[in-house]
Amino acid sequence: MSTVAIGLGPARYTWGGDETLFIEVAEAMSLEANFKVMALAKATTATGIQGIIDICPANASLLIRFNPDVLEASVLEATVRGLEEGLGDISEHRLSTRIVEVPVWYQDLFTSEVEARFREGFHQEPSGTDLDYAAKVNGLADAAEFIKRHHEQPWIASMVGFVAGLPFLFQLVDMDKQLQVPKYLSPRTDTPKLTVGHGGAFGCIYSVRGAGGYQMFGVAAAPIFDPSQGLADFEDFMIFFKPGDLVKFKPVSEAEYEAIQQEVAAGTFRYRQASVEFSLADALADPESNNKKIMETLDGV
Amino acid sequence: MAFEIKNPGLSTTVQDEGRTGYYDVGIPQGGSMDQYSAALANALVGNDASMAVLECTYMGPIFITDVPAAIAVSGAPVIVKVNGTEVPQWERISLEAGDEVSFGIIAGGTRFYIAVAGGIDVPEVLGSRSTYVLGALGGFEGRKLAAGDVVPVGVSSGNLPAGHRMAEEFRPVFAKEQRVRVIMGLYDHRLTDAGRASFLNEEWKLTPVADRMGLRYDGPGVEWKERVQPFGAGSDPSNIVDAGYAVGSIQIPGGTQPIILHRDAVSGGGYAMVATVISADMDLVARAAPGTVTHFDEVTMDAALVARRALKARRNAAVASLSS
Repeated sequence: MSTVAIGLGPARYTWGGDETLFIEVAEAMSLEANFKVMALAKATTATGIQGIIDICPANASLLIRFNPDVLEASVLEATVRGLEEGLGDISEHRLSTRIVEVPVWYQDLFTSEVEARFREGFHQEPSGTDLDYAAKVNGLADAAEFIKRHHEQPWIASMVGFVAGLPFLFQLVDMDKQLQVPKYLSPRTDTPKLTVGHGGAFGCIYSVRGAGGYQMFGVAAAPIFDPSQGLADFEDFMIFFKPGDLVKFKPVSEAEYEAIQQEVAAGTFRYRQASVEFSLADALADPESNNKKIMETLDGV
Repeated sequence: MAFEIKNPGLSTTVQDEGRTGYYDVGIPQGGSMDQYSAALANALVGNDASMAVLECTYMGPIFITDVPAAIAVSGAPVIVKVNGTEVPQWERISLEAGDEVSFGIIAGGTRFYIAVAGGIDVPEVLGSRSTYVLGALGGFEGRKLAAGDVVPVGVSSGNLPAGHRMAEEFRPVFAKEQRVRVIMGLYDHRLTDAGRASFLNEEWKLTPVADRMGLRYDGPGVEWKERVQPFGAGSDPSNIVDAGYAVGSIQIPGGTQPIILHRDAVSGGGYAMVATVISADMDLVARAAPGTVTHFDEVTMDAALVARRALKARRNAAVASLSS
């Protein structure tokens, strides 16, 4: 286990046309890079500069869309560079966030059915399941062991996007314990809504039904995107996840899944969640102890 | 006041200037793909440019208005008919209650626009009436129109411009060959010199895989530099750690077919982008029909801003030309 932060050099600044500034904090994914992205996004938002349209933190990069009629590109770049220099030691940053328990029916009927339709020509091992393959490439005994590794330790929503409200998730474990699974050889044209998936080093929850290339492990039992804003968790906004949210998956049985469906239909479902202060230094020094503390905040909620 | 849809056409959606401010959670900008054409249709019926129009793709709808209405059709060249009789495109048309509007086949381009005095009056969602089909959000019930839909029309201000016809000089051209201006950047340093030269010097042809999300081009391909991939980036040299996608950015998965991301594109992903279409040329790209031969021309940021101002001036002049 390494307690030393990966040295992050200065970010790379580049333009996505005349309306977008793109800032690559690091080429490789790491918790440090993601933390720096979020700190820079927060600092940029706090300036309240006129002419910024969107500030989009991603896994290891940040995208800022602006109106060049109002804000000069060079002024924006100089401002963000100044903010980057002012961030100081990233490991000392803390994130005021929340931990959310997300019930998942692993090895469910929905993803199993779709999985079976996309084997030959789509999947690396057409004769097995996505979970069998994920276990094998991570050197684990079987699907059950992979599932255990998947839900035992929490994840951070390192980016929200692709489609509306889809969280990219990075597990809060040492680099040598990161689960990595290649994406499908060729993307599927279908993925069930709320599929819990994994591609490369990232987990995700598909917010809407559609195309997708991540391996499929199960389905989340409750909505994460609700344009009708029917449930209490969606009272303020139709999208549940924000970058920086912490996620603890909780395995549920088919019967428990059905019970949650009924709560959702009745409008009574609420996610178990608690506020937490997340320290990068603590997370890097001893992730499992830090995770234990964080998960304990859910007790009694 | 409403349009009753008898036949929806291939893909007809409600669009406006788009929905910004939610890209950080994956909700795309949306809005009319050809903003210039949509704005001119609005101007012909005395609407503000922000009002919602119907965007029609290849085959238009058949609809009946239940009250007298002023409409105008812009965008891709198409035959417009009222009760079966041909009427001009790019002109204001006065409809009586019960009139039926229908369309022929487009003679170029991809999309045309129908504006109505008072605008299409669906509820705003997150500040816009644009339809985001993937998220089932905005527009008419979050989807493309279907037969039997009754699409609400707003109250006209009654301030119709003096001019009722858009002069030829202000109408966009729908050509079979396009030069699209781009700013190189983002991950273009991952291309080999030959790959970069190929992208900028070769001809690319628009494939039928082109919609509101993106447009895919066929051509000789490009070469990426080989490297040991960074952690989390995926195995192909065209892969990156999933990042935000700039609107108009061009990615070349596997080095084969460049894809221009347009207004309904996914907000991020794991493919390296090498260039971005300048804001002034996004409407141009939206007008391309499959088969369009395309050249990507590198320009500077300053040139992009000059082009942006020129487009704005042209649009203002077009709108002003109606008031004299």
